[in-house]
Amino acid sequence: MQTALLIEQILNGLQFGVMLFLMAAGLTLIFGVMGLINLAHGSLYMVGAFACATVAAATGSFWLGLVASLAAAAAAGALMEITVIRRLYERDHLDQVLATFALILVFSEGTRWIFGSIPLYLNIPPLLAGAIPLPGGSAYPLYRVAIIGVGIAVAIGLHLLITRTRLGMRIRAGESDREMIGALGVDIRTLYTVVFALGAALAGLAGAMVGALQSVQVGMGEPVLILAFVVIVIGGIGSIHGALVGALLVGLIDTLGRFLLPVALATFMGPSAAASIGASVASMLIYVFMALVLAIRPRGLFAAAG
Amino acid sequence: MTRETLISLAIVLALLAIPLWATAAGETFYITLATRMAILALAAVGLNIALGLGGLVSFGHAAFFGIGGYAAGILASHAFNMEPLPFGLPGTNAMPVIWIVAIVASGLVALAIGAISLRTAGVYFIMITLAFAQMIFYFAISWPAYGGEDGLSIFVRNQFPGVNTLNGLSFFFVCFTLLIASLGLFSLLRASRFGAALQAARQNEQRLATVGIAPYRIRLAAFVISAMVTGLAGALFADLNRFVSPSMLSWHMSGELIVLIILGGVGRLAGPVAGAMLYVAFEYFLGGITERWQLFLGLLLLAVVLFARGGVVGLLAGKARHG
Repeated sequence: MQTALLIEQILNGLQFGVMLFLMAAGLTLIFGVMGLINLAHGSLYMVGAFACATVAAATGSFWLGLVASLAAAAAAGALMEITVIRRLYERDHLDQVLATFALILVFSEGTRWIFGSIPLYLNIPPLLAGAIPLPGGSAYPLYRVAIIGVGIAVAIGLHLLITRTRLGMRIRAGESDREMIGALGVDIRTLYTVVFALGAALAGLAGAMVGALQSVQVGMGEPVLILAFVVIVIGGIGSIHGALVGALLVGLIDTLGRFLLPVALATFMGPSAAASIGASVASMLIYVFMALVLAIRPRGLFAAAG
Repeated sequence: MTRETLISLAIVLALLAIPLWATAAGETFYITLATRMAILALAAVGLNIALGLGGLVSFGHAAFFGIGGYAAGILASHAFNMEPLPFGLPGTNAMPVIWIVAIVASGLVALAIGAISLRTAGVYFIMITLAFAQMIFYFAISWPAYGGEDGLSIFVRNQFPGVNTLNGLSFFFVCFTLLIASLGLFSLLRASRFGAALQAARQNEQRLATVGIAPYRIRLAAFVISAMVTGLAGALFADLNRFVSPSMLSWHMSGELIVLIILGGVGRLAGPVAGAMLYVAFEYFLGGITERWQLFLGLLLLAVVLFARGGVVGLLAGKARHG
């Protein structure tokens, strides 16, 4: 039984990590190409979840909701980029932090205005409602396995996009020398909008998929956003590979820490003390890990050169 | 007297005038509002040492604000329940002792956070300070001994020898005096050799290193001093609300502190004071009109960042003389 539980927790950790990757990939891409720190990325996650929940409730189809979440988050991202973000590329990080913090306030209150404060609920699609058996006799929800699958597919897709396509070539060129690719006749402004919308769509996808596991509410993006920051700091800002490794590490350490620490502490202290101390320490574990990584490699595990 | 000195004086006097007017007019609620302004201004003056002088964009100052708050809450609750702290130390409800504990505790935590965070710079620094503050936030939520998510009440406001702190106006003067002291500290630091080195580290790190001063230690010292001032403000804030909860540690609080400075003017002496007055007034008056005041705050903030850099002090007193 204990092994089955452990396998289940490892899968939970993977699912969490994959979801963090979807957020972190967009953040790190936007930072790598445009040099922008976007706090409002969590708002795009929220937009995706709300779009999916609304469309799924209206049409009865989760899949239409998923499409809507991608479209809505990409559109919100493009709008954000064109109206506000575009003016921030040349500014220092303080201005970027503040302007995107202001965007969070606008998005959160705007969403609360439209949808109210009551959380929305999103059902898991019937196709994925089942469970798959695990060795040891227990079962694991198919939907969570599907999330892991989507995350892996997105990781492969992004890798191919960046290494094999013309758009990817431009993204890489934009990371290394934006003036040069402008001089070569690439429309930088459009490229930036496209990259931003792509990152936004990934955040929206994450929001929609997680929306079926948790409730869809205002402010749901913020804890995830901060974890995504931890992920890209660990992985090295600007690196997609770093984001993937960082996300999986953070997902696994967080989930397994919460599961294993109370058990480990219970071997030499009372069960209730072990539970409360274990929970408190487990909630700090990923930050301690981040501090360790930074103490050894201040620019993250997969820091881009220069 | 320069124009900025006059403007700073006017801003501080305006803050002082609010509770005096409120007492005369019998509108005691405005005394609380002014106290809130003074305490938030104090917290932001602390952050302004790191952010304004040192250019260190700390997105985690809520950690120190909250640690100060919990110092007040925990000591007061032990004094109230007559339970000794670890090592048999008694709790206390004497503000001077609480302040010292708040300052020392936030300083020590800042030393640890700063020592790691300052190895990096730029965006890394922003994200790491944010992450560490979040770590303390989650710790406060999941640690059940002092209320966890529900927070901790301070049943009777703590005492200051010779002052009746239960009186709103007296408590305002306590906070206002500390604010003035912090402004004094800020200008002393800015004019000192240390301040010169700190500002040089912001403007040109290489040049500073070339004249033989290591930027890291200067920055770490500034970060710790900055956290101490913010921690002191946190202790006062807990006493004002007679309540401390993890929301004081939340990243919204960190954002708010930065916003105060931006609204007022980065690196300007009276910037945090003007920012805090504007913010609290905005929150109160707009909050009275619409529940959605944060939406308008967001729009205002966007406008300030995009079009009106320099904040209130910049608007009134012109650009700062040094970059």
